[in-house]
Amino acid sequence: MTSPALGTNPSNSDNGSAIAELLQETFALTRRLFLQLQRRPSTLVAGVLQPLIWLVLFGALFSRAPEGLLPGGMSYGRFLGAGVIVFTAFSAALNAGLPVMFDREFGFLNRLLVAPLRSRSSIVLASVIYITTLSLVQSLAIMLTASLLGYGWPGAAGLLLVMVTLLLLVFAVTALSLGLAFALPGHIELIAVIFVANLPLLFASTALAPLSFMPPWLGWLASLNPLTFAIEPIRAAYAGPLDLSSVLLEAPYGSVTGTTCLLVLTLLTAALFLLIRPLLNRKLA
Amino acid sequence: MSLLELDQLEKSYGTVSALSGLSLSVPSGCLYGLLGPNGAGKTTALRILATLLAPDQGRVVVAGVDALQEPRTVRQLMGYVAQEVAIDKILTGRELLALQGDLYHLPRQDRNHRIDQLVDRMSMGDWIDRRCGTYSGGMRRRLDLASGLLHQPQLLVLDEPTVGLDIESRAVIWEVLRDLRDQGTTILLSSHYLEEVEALADRMAIIDAGHVIAEGAPEALKRELGGDRVTLRVREFSDQPEAERVRQLLEVVDGVRRIVINRAQGYSLNLVVDGEHVLSALKQRLASEAFEVFSLSQSRPSLDDVYLQATGRTLMDAELAVAGQRDPKQERRQSMR
Repeated sequence: MTSPALGTNPSNSDNGSAIAELLQETFALTRRLFLQLQRRPSTLVAGVLQPLIWLVLFGALFSRAPEGLLPGGMSYGRFLGAGVIVFTAFSAALNAGLPVMFDREFGFLNRLLVAPLRSRSSIVLASVIYITTLSLVQSLAIMLTASLLGYGWPGAAGLLLVMVTLLLLVFAVTALSLGLAFALPGHIELIAVIFVANLPLLFASTALAPLSFMPPWLGWLASLNPLTFAIEPIRAAYAGPLDLSSVLLEAPYGSVTGTTCLLVLTLLTAALFLLIRPLLNRKLA
Repeated sequence: MSLLELDQLEKSYGTVSALSGLSLSVPSGCLYGLLGPNGAGKTTALRILATLLAPDQGRVVVAGVDALQEPRTVRQLMGYVAQEVAIDKILTGRELLALQGDLYHLPRQDRNHRIDQLVDRMSMGDWIDRRCGTYSGGMRRRLDLASGLLHQPQLLVLDEPTVGLDIESRAVIWEVLRDLRDQGTTILLSSHYLEEVEALADRMAIIDAGHVIAEGAPEALKRELGGDRVTLRVREFSDQPEAERVRQLLEVVDGVRRIVINRAQGYSLNLVVDGEHVLSALKQRLASEAFEVFSLSQSRPSLDDVYLQATGRTLMDAELAVAGQRDPKQERRQSMR
């Protein structure tokens, strides 16, 4: 047997454009995350199961809510559906930082950093692609289950609105979580922050009850909460013909239309990405 | 011509100085050993070289490229095998290598071909398609070496490549390193195993307290020390008074130096002699006082002697001295981004 050449291959530098290299490394990093998911699907399953339990239990809990409590005489299950869809996407995205944090802690990130990556943003990009897909798939699973439970299904235009809204929210929360994954010292701290942030943000939103049902101070909180700006357009998409210019929320500070909701989410996403950029640049420099 | 130049590297962690003016020049095609006890600064130096850490001061040049100015080019030229093997337990070894290949932008076909070659070369075929979580330390190390070699780097850097390994894995790794050197790859490895550096290195540097204290070919370093190491017994198990008497006798023999009584070895005597002729004088002197020579072994100076000469303590003692002082938690934080 001739021993295969192990040594130096000088003609090994440039084999394509920068874009091709960027795609190759991003694809490889994304593929790793999906392989992990495929072999350890518990996060996917739990991410669907938890909101499903919310939907069934909470839906049953308030199924006898007096008529006229909810806007437009909507049933509680139907009202709750939008909240649970948003909650699903939100929780999934909030966990985006965990794999990155583990890579930092176990030194796998160092393995990536000694490689001649075309751009280290491919590490962040892979996480964003992965978590976006994961949370959208989970949300879709919830939507399908909800429709089987008789809570309705948005039309084609409605579905598009749901997806756009979720995408914006997921981007924003993913940015936040990735920022935390690089700012905090370890996974214990990250999990603590996720744990603390999760439920209060849900309760202080219009996911479980309408604004009119809340004491004024909570109403203020809920109408500043980004989750509310995602819930209301989705609820509207479920409610009937789509009109983004219609008022979705009578907040204490004024009326909020569908367009405003999307605009707020867009601005929030942009702001968060700008906010974490210096941090990522420093940590991945 | 040197492929790698480290020039006056300085690095401190807070008040603790890890490197204090470390300079090193590694010739092209050389297998270069960096020997030093734990905590001497080896890992810090290699992490700076691997562009994971910025030095406070100093320069790193690989194949004429300044690593601080153009880190990406240097990363492409270099394969780095870290001390703590970070591995994705969920992936198989082959998937990990494929990921690595993509991070170095190998075309898919080349990549797979290379992986097959390395799997074959390092006898990983039996387990490469199992998940990394099931691997032993030796398997992980071989996999990690393979991933460092995947893109056929000009310079291979290994931090303690065989620490805590089984004999088979160590033999495989040593053999691969020798082959690589023979095929022209420049290799820099750190180790606190004397025998590893002795067995592998063409050239070496001894590093202590963050800088180089001796440098050269292992043979030359040993030769420079001069003299032969002799272990002498006058009985199989002697006692202290007898050993003392023998020492007094031998101290006056011309060309005998540094006599030490080794209690742990049955009061044998360790000494240094300047050449063959001294031995016969030594034996005559013993015979004149009616001592027999029960056993006498003679050896050339070892690297441990070189280390002892340069630092005034043995490598083992140096290791023991720092063993209690290191803070693994602190070190882990330092290596985290």
